[in-house]
Amino acid sequence: MKLRYFAWVRERVGKPEEDIDVPANVHTAGELMTWLSGRGEEYAHAFANPKIIRVAIDRNHVQPGAAIGKASEIAFFPPMTGG
Amino acid sequence: MTVSSTVRLQREPFDVAAEAAKLSRGRADVGAVVTFTGICRGSEEGEPIAALTLEHYPGMAEAEIQRHVEEARSRWPISGVTVIHRYGRIAPGEDIVMVVTASSHRQAAFAAAEFLMDYLKTRAPFWKQVEKAGGKTWVDAKTSDDTAAERWRAPRAAE
Repeated sequence: MKLRYFAWVRERVGKPEEDIDVPANVHTAGELMTWLSGRGEEYAHAFANPKIIRVAIDRNHVQPGAAIGKASEIAFFPPMTGG
Repeated sequence: MTVSSTVRLQREPFDVAAEAAKLSRGRADVGAVVTFTGICRGSEEGEPIAALTLEHYPGMAEAEIQRHVEEARSRWPISGVTVIHRYGRIAPGEDIVMVVTASSHRQAAFAAAEFLMDYLKTRAPFWKQVEKAGGKTWVDAKTSDDTAAERWRAPRAAE
C-alpha cells in the first residue's frame, strides 16, 4: 500500500511517500494512524494528535473510521489551507 | 446549453481578463461573468511576509476541484466555469487562485463563484507555508473558512 504525506505531516515523518505492508489487523484509516505512530519517533510526532489529521483514500476525502480495504493509496495531511 | 468547464493547476501566473473573456466570447446566452482572484498579501497579522509557498496533492487536487465544479453546475444554471490554482512559491502581490463563472443572470454566477471559493479553501488539498523574517511556518486552517463552507449545506429551500 502506498502512503503519502503532505505539509507538516510530511516534514515530521521525514519523507513524502513510502510503500508499506499494512498488518491484517489494521482495518481503518484511524487504526493505520495508531499503528504508524508505533513505528518510530518521527511517526509518533507526526500522528501525536490524530484528530486533526485528514485522510484521503485513493484521492477521496474519508473519515478516520473508513475501511482501508483494497486501497492503493492513502494520504495523511493537515487541514487544508488553499484558495 | 454548452457548458465550458476548465480546472487547471499550474506554477505559472495566469491572466484573469483573458480567462474571463473566453467564457463569453462568441456566445449570446451569457449575461453575467463573475471573477474572483485570491492574491498573496504582503503581511500576516501585522508582520511582513516574504512569500507563500503552496504545496498540493497532485491528482487529488484537480479531482477534488472538478467534483465541486460538477456540484456547482448541478446547483446553478451556469454556462461556464474556470478555476485556476497556482502552486509553488508566490510573492506578495501575485495571484494565487482565480474562479470565473458565467451565466445568463448574475445570481447564479455570484453564488457559484462563492460556493467554489468556500469549498476550495476547506476541501482542495493545498497547504500554505508562509516565509517571514523568523523563518517558515505552516498556515493554520481557519474556523471561519469551515463555517463559510458549511453554510452551503443549508436546505435547498433557502436558495
